[in-house]
Amino acid sequence: MEYLQIERNQPWRESLRKNMKNKERLQLARTKMPERDPDVRSRNYQEVNLGLTHEQALAESHRCLDCVNPTCISGCPVGINIPKFIKNIERGEILEAAKTLKETSVLPAVCGRVCPQERQCESQCFYTRKLKKEPLAIGYLERFAADYERESGEVSLPEVAPSNGLKVAVVGSGPAGLAFAADMVKAGYRVTVFEALHELGGVLRYGIPEFRLPNDIVEVEIESLRKMGVEFVTNCIVGKTISQEDLREEKFKGLFIGSGAGLPNFMNIPGENLIGVMSCNEYLTRVNLMQAIDPESDTPVYKGKKVAVIGGGNTAMDAVRTARRLGAETAMIVYRRSEQEMPARLEEIKHAKEEGVVFLTLHNPLRYEGDERGRVQRMLLQRMELGQPDGSGRCRPVPVEGDTAWIEVDEVIVSVGVSPNPLIPQSFSGLEVTPRGTVVVNAETMQTGEESIFAGGDIVRGGATVILAMGDGRKAAKTMDDFLKIKA
Amino acid sequence: MNKIVSKVVFSDRVVSFEIEAPLIAKSRKAGHFVIVRVGKKGERVPYTIASSDLKKGTITLVIQRVGKSSQKICDLEVGDSITDMVGPLGQATHLEKFGTVLCAGGGVGVAPMLPIIEAMKKAGNRVVSVLAARTKELIILEEQVRTFSDEVIVMTDDGSYGEKGLITTGIEQVIQREPVDQCVTIGPAIMMKFAAQMTKKYNVPTIASLNTIMVDGTGMCGACRVTVGGKTRFVCVDGPEFDAHQVDFDEMMMRLKAYN
Repeated sequence: MEYLQIERNQPWRESLRKNMKNKERLQLARTKMPERDPDVRSRNYQEVNLGLTHEQALAESHRCLDCVNPTCISGCPVGINIPKFIKNIERGEILEAAKTLKETSVLPAVCGRVCPQERQCESQCFYTRKLKKEPLAIGYLERFAADYERESGEVSLPEVAPSNGLKVAVVGSGPAGLAFAADMVKAGYRVTVFEALHELGGVLRYGIPEFRLPNDIVEVEIESLRKMGVEFVTNCIVGKTISQEDLREEKFKGLFIGSGAGLPNFMNIPGENLIGVMSCNEYLTRVNLMQAIDPESDTPVYKGKKVAVIGGGNTAMDAVRTARRLGAETAMIVYRRSEQEMPARLEEIKHAKEEGVVFLTLHNPLRYEGDERGRVQRMLLQRMELGQPDGSGRCRPVPVEGDTAWIEVDEVIVSVGVSPNPLIPQSFSGLEVTPRGTVVVNAETMQTGEESIFAGGDIVRGGATVILAMGDGRKAAKTMDDFLKIKA
Repeated sequence: MNKIVSKVVFSDRVVSFEIEAPLIAKSRKAGHFVIVRVGKKGERVPYTIASSDLKKGTITLVIQRVGKSSQKICDLEVGDSITDMVGPLGQATHLEKFGTVLCAGGGVGVAPMLPIIEAMKKAGNRVVSVLAARTKELIILEEQVRTFSDEVIVMTDDGSYGEKGLITTGIEQVIQREPVDQCVTIGPAIMMKFAAQMTKKYNVPTIASLNTIMVDGTGMCGACRVTVGGKTRFVCVDGPEFDAHQVDFDEMMMRLKAYN
């Protein structure tokens, strides 16, 4: 808090506040993100959001009141100094804005694109809380600053402390692992990240499609880490290729497990093994990681014409919009609750609708049937209605007796959630694992039962978000740094 | 990384590669496989590790030219590198001194069967191997199989080599003349289905090593799922070996045609 006040009292901040009265700022409307035309973009993989122009970013930054008590920061899982980066944009110091972001977030270009801001920073903005008006477009501005820096070619690398001679290992190159690696390498550790797949980035690479998060962007962020000294080893599965014992022998003093939740959930209903019914992981891995849409790629992907995606989260939106791009004439979301309960980002739902996706909310599949070759042909849907709230606080969906219907489909993508990858829990000793498969950690320190092993991200939370994973990685780095310094 | 140190061409369709992979060689056991990719646009495909050399830090893969990816790999030469290779994957073969083990390998299944035959022999079992294929040219690795087996029976559909008949004939022959404690079968799905039906008739416990479509091979996607004893299992992490009498081979065969 003190640091925030010191920053806020800097002459340049005061001067900005004086330049424009709050009354004037409050008159400005929230900037709209320029988007590619839905009819055009639903046939290609180019990024849908085009990004704010410099003028738009400046205009939006004017709206920020530079509050004495910036509640927006409390909504950010990694505690970015939001007013500072926004005010840097306002005074034209975009590279400084990017530096500010990087003080706390190693992947600002990613978060600006995929964070559910409406539930995080923007939900805590003064505009939302007190004025009941549209909040600062904090996400759009974060993306603007990060993209500007990348495109300028003057990507700032945070300062790296001199080497302290200690080695730490990371399992998984997804957001949790990357955030942990960034903080540890800055603190002077020798960091090695082990990745099971042949490409880095975890869910950023295999899960989130090109039209939402271009792979180039992920690559630039990872390259920054390489430049800072992080070592990446692909095609190496901790627990299979190398063991817990091997890591000890190699003198790794601390281990962070960020192996994610890459185990697909199926519904176990009849017909789920028909050809054409697959998990969202399989579908997105074929398209995103294996580039199945590239005609020169050897990996095939089934291109249905009548595609149903079961689920209502971001992954379901990614899958259904990918299906449209692969030529589906009908692309449907089948979700057992109502639209209000959908966990997906509002922007993804909006984009999906614009791209012609049909939303069959309050519907649940009962079974699938196929032809004599085993290819799915239709699904039986049960109409649902909302009943009493369940454990998650949302209304429990209840079947409407007798109200069922057959819908023709030739491809079904099951996107009803993911579970933690079982490899590490099964191959490591000393870890406490819940029945759900998540690794148990101390919520404050991110330490497991084995003191030198930490964990964070989806392996601890089950399927969650990029930013929460990053927050865990950062927390774990702080604690491990303290822990190792004491031990040494 | 993943450099090919030696290549042995067994026939115009079967090639054996010895590849630098010290970490995999160290943790590899019989039954394990690797996922391999050739070229930046290559697909990820599984191959059973035929053997490993801890001292040299190498593993050996025996690959049959069947489709696009196996052709690409078979065309590589000594000194070339495999673009991506990860392993060891899957659960290792359960090894025990069972007594007499019958190894029934059909067609391409003989390559992944080889390390199991060797391991079963080294575990102190009497090993009888039945090799089967449609015709003489498709019988592979007979010499290598003989090295580790107490007896080898060769069956061809057309009688061009060994005895004329299907693998089930060979299996039944062995079971009827001596007590068999354990059977292992690997080959085309339909072959394993009938082999399993045969051994079930005689109550011989049987393991089948399944070869489904795979994408990542690490348990992430479910493309390799099969139904065993009514439950969904992933071949890449729960298998590749399962109780053959519990496997739904019909469903497996149907799913294998997904990209035909």
